[in-house]
Amino acid sequence: MKPIAFTLNGVARTVTVDEDRTLLWVLRDDLGMTGTKFGCGASFCGACTVLLDGAEVRTCVTPMSRVAGRKVVTVEGLARGDKLSPVQEAFVEHVGFQCGFCTSGMVIGAHALLAANPKPTRAQIIQGMERHLCRCAAHLRIVDAIESAARKMAGGRK
Amino acid sequence: MIRREEEMIVPEGWGFVETIDRRDFLRLTSTGLMVVFAVKPPEGSFRPVWNFAKQQRTPPDFNAFLHIGANGRVTLLVGKIEMGQGIITALPQIVAEELNVPLTTVDCVMGDTDLCPFDNGTFGSLSVRVLGPILRAAAAEARAVLVQMASERLQVPATDLTVKDGVIATAGGAKKVTYGELAGGKKIERRFEGKAALEKVAEFTVVGKSAPRRDAVEKVTGKARYAGDIAPPEALHARIVRAPAHGATLKSIDTSAAEKAPGVRVVRDGELVAVLHAHRDEADKALKLVKAVYDPSPSTLDHENIFEHLEKAAPSARIVGPSGNVAEGEMSAAQVISGKYRKGYVAHAPMETHSAVAAVAPDGKVTVWASTQTPFPLQTQVARALKLAPDKVRVITPFVGGGFGGKSAGAQAVEAARLAVAAGTPVRVIWSREEEFFFDTFDPAAVFNIRAGLDASRRIISWDNEVFGAGERGSRMIYDVPNQRTSVRGSWGGTQGALHPFGVGPWRAPGANANVWARESHIDVLAAKAGMDPVEFRLLNLKDARMRRVLEACAGKFGWTPKTTPSRRGVGVACGEDAGTYVASMAEVRVDATSGAVKVLRVVCAQDMGVLVNPEGATQQMEGCI
Repeated sequence: MKPIAFTLNGVARTVTVDEDRTLLWVLRDDLGMTGTKFGCGASFCGACTVLLDGAEVRTCVTPMSRVAGRKVVTVEGLARGDKLSPVQEAFVEHVGFQCGFCTSGMVIGAHALLAANPKPTRAQIIQGMERHLCRCAAHLRIVDAIESAARKMAGGRK
Repeated sequence: MIRREEEMIVPEGWGFVETIDRRDFLRLTSTGLMVVFAVKPPEGSFRPVWNFAKQQRTPPDFNAFLHIGANGRVTLLVGKIEMGQGIITALPQIVAEELNVPLTTVDCVMGDTDLCPFDNGTFGSLSVRVLGPILRAAAAEARAVLVQMASERLQVPATDLTVKDGVIATAGGAKKVTYGELAGGKKIERRFEGKAALEKVAEFTVVGKSAPRRDAVEKVTGKARYAGDIAPPEALHARIVRAPAHGATLKSIDTSAAEKAPGVRVVRDGELVAVLHAHRDEADKALKLVKAVYDPSPSTLDHENIFEHLEKAAPSARIVGPSGNVAEGEMSAAQVISGKYRKGYVAHAPMETHSAVAAVAPDGKVTVWASTQTPFPLQTQVARALKLAPDKVRVITPFVGGGFGGKSAGAQAVEAARLAVAAGTPVRVIWSREEEFFFDTFDPAAVFNIRAGLDASRRIISWDNEVFGAGERGSRMIYDVPNQRTSVRGSWGGTQGALHPFGVGPWRAPGANANVWARESHIDVLAAKAGMDPVEFRLLNLKDARMRRVLEACAGKFGWTPKTTPSRRGVGVACGEDAGTYVASMAEVRVDATSGAVKVLRVVCAQDMGVLVNPEGATQQMEGCI
């Protein structure tokens, strides 16, 4: 066990854990941040995705040793108070979910996608979200939501 | 009116539900409670997962469903659960409509066995179709009682009063009183004498209009809670020692290495052995330290010989909807075409694996937070496993992360409860993805042997379908065939003896998904043999007016142009009926001639589902099924 310092949703945190603990279960069990979901434990489904220094990672296979000194943003860190992020707003507006269990990872994935490519084509969105699974089949709405968020964010920057 | 095909909505032992026709949904509600339950005794021995409660009656008192607070907020209490299908929005719409209150003032408590009236479960497309009219009647009665109370309080005849947005007032509003003032947050002891008048369908303002989903903000912000998110103080994660195959039996087990790991506890309750740790990933590691040796499963079944096995081992046949004489029909046929259709087991694969958290209070009461479609049957299931009275068990259902029928079985909740008792501390069981794909109650494998005769005018003159394993639901012949017989052998759930090598159960329109697929596949073969376009062939053999209308609507939207099959143009059609809803789907696909890879280019789906409560929600459900 050793102290590992990192930034979680803008707040400095230090946890004293084994370095091979996974970020997913440190978030959920040690820090009580349950927005990040366990879906498969093998980095296939995307439900556990968070941003690590702005890029998406699968927390179920991310050891805490990789987190030290870096910035983690979970789904809980996207809204500013009651003000949803443009991506979250678009998911609400287009109903990009049903059961909601993949949604945390989807929303995070969409943030990462738009950060890397603010004006993605529909094909690029589909390609970029390929590794996020939704069993309820809200896919088309998810793609619509991301397209709409991209437009909104581009408008906001003008 | 008992519709035979609807009996299979619930597995054997659950009893069966007499349903109303979807078209009569609104008309019939004026006669009072719409659901009659008949108890059908359990047959044979059940797999533990199907050891569900017997059917009980729906409570007759509207107070069971509705509570009106002193502040005027209405709480709707239902034993149903929200797993993405959107009833957390649709059911309050029904209540808001009939009670004449704004939708935003209706809160919804779901799936809590201590707070909500009994409900057999959220499955079979029953929530809106069957519970909807019950809630409508309850809300109408509550409104009628409140108007009576207002009449007495205001000293004005009830006929001079109108209700709007939870305020009862005289014309012009000189005298008025609110629901909140009348109810005062208390149970309304009075019952309405006679039949409470229902609002006219034409005057609906909430039902039939799209309403935004009420769970949206919670779900996009990560605040929505699921069973695995519940962590009572001192709770430990459990990882259960599992056999490597269904039917393998434990020979020896050595847990000493796991027990030495820091923070790990090993707990046993009979055959149930688990490693416990406060952190899930550390429990995962500890599980790998357990050395268990098993005798192999005696089963010799595999994915290749399973179909032969099903045909050999299936129980005796039940004949569905026979008419005419199949042998005579075949004699008069110009050609008889046989087909064998096989489908494999299908997992439910919800994104949220089966999860449950159990805690025992000092007074012995057990609370289980579970991802379940059946909180009340689960309450009984847990109580039986713990040898407790059902009222000593409370099941609370947070949001469910997908069910698709698979969370009608609650093995994980029984495991959590047994381990919590054995460990003396709250226990969280979150199945791994591997466990989910292993202990799921699969949509069963099935075989269909179909023989159909075509006469010289290309009409289906005979239909003889032997169904193995899929069950009865959806096996009714929707086409107009004078000589027909469908022999159903085995069901999709309940007691199957040794028919299936592992648990099977309901999966998205259970039985119907397989039956309709096999039937429609054979219809396509018949159309090709008849040298006809598959849509024209269907319409030639179809009298059912609703099915024709839906099929024609789908063809119109799709832009279907008739062409004899096989057309090699990559378009396909299928249609059918389930749970009172008529469906037609058409797809355009592209097949790579070299690799055989299929790419779906577009799908058009048309449905007639009767009364729409939330059109936007219904659209989401249609999309989710494509």
